[in-house]
Amino acid sequence: MNGPRTEPGDGPVDGSREVRDHDRWARRSPILDVGVGAVFHTVLVVSLFLLVSGHNAPGGGFVAGLVAGAAFVLHDVAADFEPRLRRFRVPPEVLLGAGLLVAVGTGLSSLAAGRTFLESDLASLHLPWFGTVKVTSALAFDLGVFLLVLGMILGIVDRLGEEPE
Amino acid sequence: MIAALIAWHALVALAAPVLFRRLGCRVFLWCALAPAAVLGWLVVAGPAILAGDALDHAFAWVPALDLEVTFRVDGFSVVMLAVVAGIGLAVFLYAPSYFAGHAGPKLGALAGHLTGFAGSMVGLVTADNVYALFLFWELTAVFSFLLIGYDDTKGSARGAAREALIVTSLGGLALLAGLVLLAQAAGTASLAGILERAPRGGPVTAALVLVVVGAATKSAQAPFHFWLPAAMEAPTPVSAYLHSATMVKAGVYLVARFAPAFAAVGVWRPLVIGTGLATMVVGGYRALRQHDLKLLLAFGTVSQLGFLFVCFGAGTPLAAKAGTAVLVAHALFKAALFLVVGVVDHQAHTRDVRRLDGLGRRLPVLAAAGTAAAASMAGLPLLFGFVAKELAFETWVEGPFPAAGDAAVLAVLVAASMLTVAYSARFVWGAFLGKEGEAVTPVAGAEVGVPAPTFVAPAVALAAAGLVLGVAPGLAGSFVVDAARALQPGLGAGTLVLWHGLTPALGLSLVVFAGGAVLVAQRRRLERWQAATASPVGAALGYQRSLEGLNRLADRVTGLLQNGSLPTYVAVVVGTLLLVPGAALLGTLRRPDDLVVADHPLQVVAVALIAVAAVTVTRIRRRFAAVLLVGLIGYLVAGLFVIQGGADLALTQLLIETLGVVIFVLVLRHLPERFRAPVGRRVVAVRALLALGTGAFVTAFLLTAGAARTTVPVGEGLAERALPVGGGRNVVNVILTDFRALDTLGEIAVLGVATLGIASLVGARRRARITAPGDGWGVEPTGAEGPVPARPAGEGRP
Repeated sequence: MNGPRTEPGDGPVDGSREVRDHDRWARRSPILDVGVGAVFHTVLVVSLFLLVSGHNAPGGGFVAGLVAGAAFVLHDVAADFEPRLRRFRVPPEVLLGAGLLVAVGTGLSSLAAGRTFLESDLASLHLPWFGTVKVTSALAFDLGVFLLVLGMILGIVDRLGEEPE
Repeated sequence: MIAALIAWHALVALAAPVLFRRLGCRVFLWCALAPAAVLGWLVVAGPAILAGDALDHAFAWVPALDLEVTFRVDGFSVVMLAVVAGIGLAVFLYAPSYFAGHAGPKLGALAGHLTGFAGSMVGLVTADNVYALFLFWELTAVFSFLLIGYDDTKGSARGAAREALIVTSLGGLALLAGLVLLAQAAGTASLAGILERAPRGGPVTAALVLVVVGAATKSAQAPFHFWLPAAMEAPTPVSAYLHSATMVKAGVYLVARFAPAFAAVGVWRPLVIGTGLATMVVGGYRALRQHDLKLLLAFGTVSQLGFLFVCFGAGTPLAAKAGTAVLVAHALFKAALFLVVGVVDHQAHTRDVRRLDGLGRRLPVLAAAGTAAAASMAGLPLLFGFVAKELAFETWVEGPFPAAGDAAVLAVLVAASMLTVAYSARFVWGAFLGKEGEAVTPVAGAEVGVPAPTFVAPAVALAAAGLVLGVAPGLAGSFVVDAARALQPGLGAGTLVLWHGLTPALGLSLVVFAGGAVLVAQRRRLERWQAATASPVGAALGYQRSLEGLNRLADRVTGLLQNGSLPTYVAVVVGTLLLVPGAALLGTLRRPDDLVVADHPLQVVAVALIAVAAVTVTRIRRRFAAVLLVGLIGYLVAGLFVIQGGADLALTQLLIETLGVVIFVLVLRHLPERFRAPVGRRVVAVRALLALGTGAFVTAFLLTAGAARTTVPVGEGLAERALPVGGGRNVVNVILTDFRALDTLGEIAVLGVATLGIASLVGARRRARITAPGDGWGVEPTGAEGPVPARPAGEGRP
């Protein structure tokens, strides 16, 4: 990020799209590109792990959302915020809305089940291979938090990352 | 049952815009099903209620707060319901003809709003819980706003809608405050309970003043009356329904309910009756000056609403009877008159008395209906208005004031009634009579088409009702008297009669007719005199001035507080922190007994590093280095969390700090590399003082708060319950997603809103700099050169 930057006025000045693309291309670091490619999916898996295990171990929807957001931000930084190279194309406002919807929906479903708003419920699932897994409705709520936080990071970073005029 | 009726109104209202696409103007006939249901129910259940069996119905609203919605339908509610539904039915049957040929795309919404308004009125006149009453009260104001502003392409209509909303909702706030005070004083939020206990005392007196202010704004009493004539921007069916027959009676309804219980409170009668008398005179006088028939009627309504305040405000048994009679009479004749004006306007395309000439010959049926209604308004014998007005005079012949006071009230009543006679005559003359020898530029009478019978029928029906009840008032006798007895149980059984004998009230009526006749005969001289003395100062002007003043004040305050300098903002926030809670803290400083300086040597190291970094940040000129150092401080704080064993907290802090640095760097691209040249020493000193002060405040606050604990920390119980109740071993997460999930929900909602705000702020800067529109954010580039050309294949993929 803090390498020498191409200012408007340096280099070719005819301002055509191709020339600007070329500048961007030259500005990108191959090492960062490869590095991000190597860790990107791992970080996403870690974020999912944090989300699911959060009820019993450090983690949770907020942290998981931040980690996932960091993965995409890392990718975007490596791609110099080139919109066409973006990995994640769901608009941030959709994520924000989906997150709120899931969180509120969890609360309403617990109302519908006869508990108070957002009161969590436990269930044990018997899955092949995994054995018995305890699931709480709090996980669904955390999923909403996760989506919203991810939307927040992407919304802010992407917007700010757009090329300064 | 009431709840079902209101729900039915809501259903009809919601369906109206959809059905409008199919039915066109006939959608109003669908809407008529709503008031028809109320009328049908009244026919079945009304007689028993009028006989004294009030109907109570309650259901839980917010059980946790002990709030329940209660409805109570007594005799007076029945009369109000009959007015709301009866006039509503007439208006809905009339509207298809009125709007025929002028059906805009928003007419479906208008039909829905009108029905929604009718439902709100049903709730308003039957609610027993005062907060539910207030809710319906405000709903009527919102619907009124939407209906006045129907033609939203007209600035005057928007202005009038806003004016009505501002005036009535300011009054609504006063009403709410008054109701809260009354509910507190009485220990119950039930309207019937408050009236039964009739508490007394200073707060109750204040509450009554507030309630009367609320009622006065809604019922267009001077000096708040100006919004009602302005509201005539609305289509005529709306004016007939909301702004003459029903909504503006809401304030009167409150006065009628409160007067029997509270008229004895010293402030009540002077306030209510003084307001009412002033309103009567102002409205009547202004009505005489109008050339627009609708405005004439609007000022007439203002005057009549004042009359109703004077009637009900007295608070005597006879007053309740007189008030109810006037209320019914007014609803009948005023709605009829508005409907007549609507027909005139629709057929002649004007309602200016200077352009209408001899319409009576062309439209005899309409003229007959209009004349009968106007005669009822003037209080001429053989019409219901006469019976009602006689009762009102009777009330004040033996009024609640000392003799001189009653006489003064009667004198003003008589004078204002003369004005009523005069403007009633002006209406008939202006709308229907020939104007030979007048300075008029008439629409040729022959050009005026004859309206369809269905268009005229509702007005004729309402006017005929006034005539029938005028000849045989006994037909409405038990209706009115039983309703009044619901307000005043002391009122004996009885009925209404046409001929009271040679009473003082009859004498007063004769004086009124004589005076009115003189005013009519001298109308040219009166007009000239009014024109010469027209006052440039008015309530509407006062409203304008105060709004402008408010805008100027807001402008100045904003300019002062939002001057665009971030250091100033921070200084204001921090300074406030030091001055207000800081000063309070000074008096209560405490030091915990078991203060431990450090649990672990690493904590000392981390804190020392934090201090060094913090001091260094203040000396750095390069923004980028400063950001990195602030990030370093964040990581060190995360380290402190790790040492304390707060894994979740540390994890969150690390991530936030990392992303924070990234965001900072992105912003830095838009900023100069270095901070601005150093500011003056005085400024630096002030900033240093504020910074050190804030640090000292936070430290002292935490120490004091830690030492001030008197009960067991709530956290201990939460930690114990996390696994058995929340089903998780991570206490922090269980708290966030279960025990305090509602807080979390609120917080993520705030995060979402903040994100939208940040994105649109950044977008706004961008849009301001480049002209290319940037729709959507974060997905498409907002390039200055417009649409992005397709990238050649094989290029640009890593």
